[in-house]
Amino acid sequence: MSPLGSMRVQRWTPLSVGSVAVSVAVLVLLAFGPALFSPNVIDKLTTLFIYVLLAITWNALAGYGGLVSIGQQAFFGLGAYAAVRLTHAGMSVYPALILAAILVAAVSVPLSAFMLRLRAGEFAIGMWVVAELLHLLVNLDGLIQGETGTSLIALDAYSAVARRALTYWTALGSMTVLLVLLLVLLRSPTGAAIQAIRDSEEAAASVGVRVLTTKRVIFVVAAFGAALAGALWLSTTITFQPKTYFSVQWTAYMIFMVLVGGLGTFEGPIIGAVIFFLVGTWFGADGVWYLIGLGATALVFALFLPRGLWGWVDTRFGLRLLPVGYRVVAGREPPAVPAIQTPHIRS
Amino acid sequence: MMIWLNQIIQGVLLGGYYALIACGLSFMFSVMRIINLAHGSLAILAAFGLFVLASRLGLSPFLGLLIVLPAMAAVGWLLQRTVLERSLRGGLLVPILSTFGLSIVIDNLLFQQFGADTRSLAPYIGDLSYSSWAITDDIDIGQLAVLTLAAAIVLLGGLQLFLTRTSLGRAIRATAEDPDTVGLIGIDARRVNATAAAIAMVTVGIAGAFLAMRATFNPYSGGQQLVFAFEAAVIGGAGSLWGTLGGGIVLGVAQSIGAQIDPQGFLITGHVVFLAVLFARLYPSRFALQLPRLRRQPA
Repeated sequence: MSPLGSMRVQRWTPLSVGSVAVSVAVLVLLAFGPALFSPNVIDKLTTLFIYVLLAITWNALAGYGGLVSIGQQAFFGLGAYAAVRLTHAGMSVYPALILAAILVAAVSVPLSAFMLRLRAGEFAIGMWVVAELLHLLVNLDGLIQGETGTSLIALDAYSAVARRALTYWTALGSMTVLLVLLLVLLRSPTGAAIQAIRDSEEAAASVGVRVLTTKRVIFVVAAFGAALAGALWLSTTITFQPKTYFSVQWTAYMIFMVLVGGLGTFEGPIIGAVIFFLVGTWFGADGVWYLIGLGATALVFALFLPRGLWGWVDTRFGLRLLPVGYRVVAGREPPAVPAIQTPHIRS
Repeated sequence: MMIWLNQIIQGVLLGGYYALIACGLSFMFSVMRIINLAHGSLAILAAFGLFVLASRLGLSPFLGLLIVLPAMAAVGWLLQRTVLERSLRGGLLVPILSTFGLSIVIDNLLFQQFGADTRSLAPYIGDLSYSSWAITDDIDIGQLAVLTLAAAIVLLGGLQLFLTRTSLGRAIRATAEDPDTVGLIGIDARRVNATAAAIAMVTVGIAGAFLAMRATFNPYSGGQQLVFAFEAAVIGGAGSLWGTLGGGIVLGVAQSIGAQIDPQGFLITGHVVFLAVLFARLYPSRFALQLPRLRRQPA
């Protein structure tokens, strides 16, 4: 037996088995939310789920795909707009929210063909231009009446109680589906490719990773997530004003959540979303100083802690709650090597 | 027919402003490979600086520039030393995130200080804001618009001469080429980059001044200016800084013609032309899209 014979590669650690079990338990508990919590708590949790959705999909794009977009509000706004249009055409509200996001994802496929050829900062602002253009085009729709906007009138079909519960469940379900989708995606061969691209695009291409195809998958998933979040946001606020939905502020929120939580980590953006939610609850009423604080925090994290809080925990303790990486384990001993990331081995 | 000719002429003049605002963005990208997302916000910051000098001290915006431009140079120097230099060490993505964070801080600090009111410097420049020369019965040319275009030509031409003819300009180009190697021939890359950032911010200050004189602005106008600057710089494409002037004019003419077709068409046509240029450039020739780069220039 070679010296390496006793080494084996481990995905599931006792810790990750435990944390996945806890996550599943929490999600199951949350599913009974409407029976357990007060209306106020239900509304707050719905908001939190939408934040998580925004954070994890922006992180997939920027943290894994290396694609920093300042224009995700394009999909957020388009998702809400598509939901308005679908319900106006007679579709019932909650299926329309989901279908709206699917339609936007379909639109993002041809868009990806040429946006993905832009590099770094060019992609970032190029996406912003796309968002501006879509905003102006949506304004032209007679149904929307320019910046005046419109409402999701079809929601009147439901009582306040039913509406609250259904919106909550749709948000919870969407968040769960996206979390599982990203987890499965990151564990698949595509996931290995994604993480390889994150670590070094050139190196990944040199070992045969199809960089453009892989990035396209992430781009579409991110568009889908943002559109779903936009449609869900519409069902919580009811009114659709293009200016609000196509605001670059949404991207600012996504960046804040991901930078603080941990760019390019799976767990980080979820933590970032919770922090953003808490900060918003405590300081949101402070208006402009709250926004200054968000911007300044994002700036400080970008400069001094670019992998965020979870990235710091990860490098310091090698802690990985969810099984997206691999560990090399010597025999049956506890891990002698800190967690390593696919596909390269960190020393 | 005359209406369209008029729109094209007005578009060319408007393009002068876009060239001005794009100048600093493409200069900074050429030298430091950074797209500064706080670019528009910094132009608005300069505009508010001039507004304060004009409204509180009664200083004409042209005299105000004597104070605001050195201040912007200092801002550029500080920006490079405190934010950009550190960001660049973190890779390609960090500068995007940090400058975006910075733009949020600047926009909202301006909002905190000045509120949501829309401002303009037009009341402080006398009849320059509305004087025009009548070319024919249908075509009037605004004096301020001509001055803006002239400023763009002088600024871009001056910058071009500075880069090719002066030793500091050559040092900047050499640093853009290879920041590590220039150290071997006695050039302090940090110092050169900070100087380049200062120069870029002076151009941003000038652009902010013209924006504020010819139009209105509020604390959140920065994002829109960034988008215009970016579009003009990208349409201008690779090559010399003159490309930026061309890009600005194309954008201005597109918007101006779009506005004639439909009142809503002004911005839409601009964005569509920008995306069409991108598309045309990416597909047939498969050239990678690039902002102007200094190293492509003949020395």
